[in-house]
Amino acid sequence: MKLEMKDSPGQLVAALKPISEVGGNIIAVIHQRDPEYDGDTLNVQIVLELPKGRLDNLIGLLKEQGVHIQRIGEERLLYQRTVILIGHLMHTGFSDTVDQIDSTGFAEVTEVAMSMPAVTERSSSRITIRAVSREDMEAALAILRRVSLQKSLLLIEPLEDSS
Amino acid sequence: MKVALIGLGSVGRGVAEMLAKKDLGLVLTGIADSKSGFMDPAGIDISRVLAGKKKNGYCGDQDLTAEDVIKKADYDALIEVTPTNALSGEPAIGYIKAALNRKKHVVTSNKGPIALAAKELRTMAKKKGVSLRYEATVAGAIPVMHTLEHGLAGNEILALYGVLNGTCNFILTRMAAEGLTYEQALMEAREMGYAEADPTYDVQGIDAAIKLVILANTIWDNGVKLGDVDRTGIDLLTPDALRLAGEEGCTIRLIAEANPKKHLLRVSPRILDKNHPLVFDGTLNALTLETDMAKEITLIGRGAGSIETASAIIGDLLYIRDRYVQRA
Repeated sequence: MKLEMKDSPGQLVAALKPISEVGGNIIAVIHQRDPEYDGDTLNVQIVLELPKGRLDNLIGLLKEQGVHIQRIGEERLLYQRTVILIGHLMHTGFSDTVDQIDSTGFAEVTEVAMSMPAVTERSSSRITIRAVSREDMEAALAILRRVSLQKSLLLIEPLEDSS
Repeated sequence: MKVALIGLGSVGRGVAEMLAKKDLGLVLTGIADSKSGFMDPAGIDISRVLAGKKKNGYCGDQDLTAEDVIKKADYDALIEVTPTNALSGEPAIGYIKAALNRKKHVVTSNKGPIALAAKELRTMAKKKGVSLRYEATVAGAIPVMHTLEHGLAGNEILALYGVLNGTCNFILTRMAAEGLTYEQALMEAREMGYAEADPTYDVQGIDAAIKLVILANTIWDNGVKLGDVDRTGIDLLTPDALRLAGEEGCTIRLIAEANPKKHLLRVSPRILDKNHPLVFDGTLNALTLETDMAKEITLIGRGAGSIETASAIIGDLLYIRDRYVQRA
């Protein structure tokens, strides 16, 4: 979100405080002074993660601080992972496989690349999944693991750092 | 220090050759293969024994067995390098116990006994006041055990992941580079001598899983077994899957992974960025250790080979000599 606030000591901290109060997580604060500009307000861009349904709460708190919100851009699905599935993807209902992720509400299949060499042979696909949070991504992958097992598909996951 | 060598396959031959060639202060006083044995407390002429083995197919006196050599020869440390039996661990477990019972140190490259009976054997060695070392069982020449024991002493090992099977890494390298099918790449691996006639152990991830079990038990003493490993091989991978990964700047490798806090013990093909430290071509092995103080450490090197494995065995022997055995 892009914020406008009074350029006086303590204002930036006052604007950031409500974010943690509503359980948000600040990813980046971009705060550049324009040398040509000599007004008494300050423009700040903040990238943050917010639990579902807390945005209105945050907007209210910021207004109370006298902070003007210029723009809010929302990216709901922040986490992305790409997996590969091998097997009889079409015979086992590929759209059902995708639906099992899409129907969760917290994760979506956003890209699919597929190769089908011959009707009787196993096909391969690369599937990109996006999810709201890390936990949701784990939940989506758990669903995909279960579906792969049921449909005898080989699921290849990325190696993530454990820490 | 006096040593006895049981097993004269590729690894045994490598050890014997290095004992003969290098002035390591190690004297070979007993030797045995599956058909014969030979003892000389004054020191065996290794080149003569190896020449005899080459000519006749056996190394010594056919009236002597490996057991005889283990029980009767005059040695400080036994080098046990007989073929691996992953199901029973025998006859190697019996050989190791017989030597430990005589209060002899044991160095082995044999994965079977360590994966199946490490706890029992370690306890036995401790009781007898001798050392049991098995650096060569995991990742060939890479000094994984020495690194864990000494270099990373005092660190808590949080997790580990690595490429522990060179055959699979070679096959995946060739599938990605040339668009070969799994079958074609396997055939090439056989021609190069990287794959056995029966490749099941390698390509289905069993070999990597056994090494993972050895590492987990060594580090966390958690008693895990081969059956506890969640295991998927590479034999069902398609060239298309590698191409699809390649389009995203990634590739596929067989990764062994353990993380006790996440209850994770898994061998499976995984997608990795091509710039990931665990992505390299050919038959090399690598292991990343995640620790509390040192953070991540990755070791890369040769995971197999006669002289390479001998390197790990000789490292163990010299450690034992310096630590326990005074007489040279």
